[in-house]
Amino acid sequence: MNLNYLDFEQPIAELEAKIEELQLVGSGNALNLSDEIDRLKQKSDKLTESIYSSLTPWQIVQVARHPQRPYSSDYISRIFDDWDELHGDRHFGDDNAIIGGVGRLNGKPVMVIGEEKGRSVKEKVYRNFGMPKPEGYRKALRLMEMAERFNMPIITLIDTPGAYPGIDSEERGISESIAQNLAVMSRLKTPIICTVIGEGSSGGALAIGVGDQLNMLQYSTYFVISPEGCANIIWKTVEKAPLAAEAMGVTSSVLEDLGIVDETIAEPMGGAHRDLDAMAAKLKESLIAQLDTLQDVPLDELLEKRYTRLMNYGKEA
Amino acid sequence: MSWLDKIVPSVVRSEGQKNSSKVPEGLWKKCPKCDAVLYRPDLDTHLEVCPKCDHHMRITARKRLDIFLDEENREEIATDVLPVDRLKFKDIKKYKDRISIAQKKTGETDALIAMKGQLQGIDVVTVAFEFAFHGGSMGYAVGERFTQAANVALAERRPLICFSATGGARMQEALISLMQMAKTSAVIERLKQAGIPYISIMTDPVYGGVSASLALLGDINAAEPGARAGFAGPNIIEQTIRQKLPKGFQRSEFLLEHGAIDMIIHRKEMRDRVGSLIGKFTNQQPSLASSDDLESDVVDAVDVVEPANVDVDTPEKTED
Repeated sequence: MNLNYLDFEQPIAELEAKIEELQLVGSGNALNLSDEIDRLKQKSDKLTESIYSSLTPWQIVQVARHPQRPYSSDYISRIFDDWDELHGDRHFGDDNAIIGGVGRLNGKPVMVIGEEKGRSVKEKVYRNFGMPKPEGYRKALRLMEMAERFNMPIITLIDTPGAYPGIDSEERGISESIAQNLAVMSRLKTPIICTVIGEGSSGGALAIGVGDQLNMLQYSTYFVISPEGCANIIWKTVEKAPLAAEAMGVTSSVLEDLGIVDETIAEPMGGAHRDLDAMAAKLKESLIAQLDTLQDVPLDELLEKRYTRLMNYGKEA
Repeated sequence: MSWLDKIVPSVVRSEGQKNSSKVPEGLWKKCPKCDAVLYRPDLDTHLEVCPKCDHHMRITARKRLDIFLDEENREEIATDVLPVDRLKFKDIKKYKDRISIAQKKTGETDALIAMKGQLQGIDVVTVAFEFAFHGGSMGYAVGERFTQAANVALAERRPLICFSATGGARMQEALISLMQMAKTSAVIERLKQAGIPYISIMTDPVYGGVSASLALLGDINAAEPGARAGFAGPNIIEQTIRQKLPKGFQRSEFLLEHGAIDMIIHRKEMRDRVGSLIGKFTNQQPSLASSDDLESDVVDAVDVVEPANVDVDTPEKTED
């Protein structure tokens, strides 16, 4: 089994393996296999298209957590120029599960905050698997307040399995650090654009997710409790996670219907990881357009709209 | 009678036999912490605090507001806000049915009640979570009622006092519940900007999404003695870090020690302490008459009966 492919993608993996094999054979001798290779490639694309056109919510959760899924750092390096990373909460430490810094989006200075899971084992440990502690959220808060002072819009990239559930996290007030961000982000006098790029898990995601515009990449997911956690509570087994994912409506299409998500940004066929550059370009394009729109709105109006939007969550449209 | 029953002393044996007691059901309550069996009417005068070990038992939201507010000038608000099932959520039961069950069980329409009233003569708005309603979880109705209560506080410049008791956000309303965290936090921020005091009092237990929003945003954060409060539940933390948690972890004493709360307030002192605080924050003088009465009511200790011979109704569980 090819670990770069998810369970339900194995038929694609098999075709891709065949293509690779033919390419190897073809390069080693005079046989012209290119027709056959093209045919298989077409078949593989078709298969990908058909599998991805009818993904279940649980399959989307898996794509959102794909080991090859692009992380904040992948997007930051492709979208923002003149990047300076900034560190530390000024009270306790620096949390590597959250990256923060200033860069330019299409020439305009912006503050960027992103949650980062880490790809290699070593990096995952360094990033605490993308589970921020209080100092991470407080770093984010410090940077966002700074952005307000210097009239920089804030771009956040959400991708976390949740705030870190640990002793030290509780000792330093993880709840308060999240709550404080929610409160302050509701009134920061600068445009805020939030995008779920992978997994948006509960309060740990929302803590950098209050703003004027909420995007989700097509195969990202956003939930109040992980499908496994939900299944564990209701069915007493994680095996029922697919049912939980279905019931909770963890995908952008459902969340758009509920009026929570504003825009779904389409991913390349087969998911963002199949074509990172194209995905980054698409996200960049959306962010530029959205920021232009938001910057045209007078600040008072922007803040009133943000507040009204918060107050209306859950009301029938 | 098996050989095992024969060797067990008769006193112990009688404990499990319901019909052996002639005491009417519900007249006695066993303290979930120290096992003392307490006479209900006395426990009532003690505001459901065990006179023997001082354990603060869970009380209903209605009782909470009843013992907290002055008797005069109470008015329940936001009663027209009712739970909604936007997702048509269904697991092994329909969410709609779960709501009806909770409503029947508690007599409340959702897990938060809100009241305008007075505390020692000072105008206030108070809200209290009903833990028996779906674990006191926050969905749309809870968030909306809290917000409406806060809006009354804003409009009439009354201090807002919240008694939380909750397992967190309500799963069955999924992301709508999560967004109630943002919503309640935003309205609290407006109170803050307007200089209206918000006092958050955590009562056992306060976890998850409520802890990570409205419960820890008070100008004053306080908790009842021994209340458990935190972001992640102890089980989840133990599973994550694969080690036992220290004793007293996430109790109010722990929160005080780590700077999360300003003070621990005994239930019997709740009116006086909060009255004294909001009096100073709003530069008013609380009138102490009503609380003096209360004080004289609760000074006598009640008799504590040994547990062997009486029936007890099922108590709440405490874990340590």
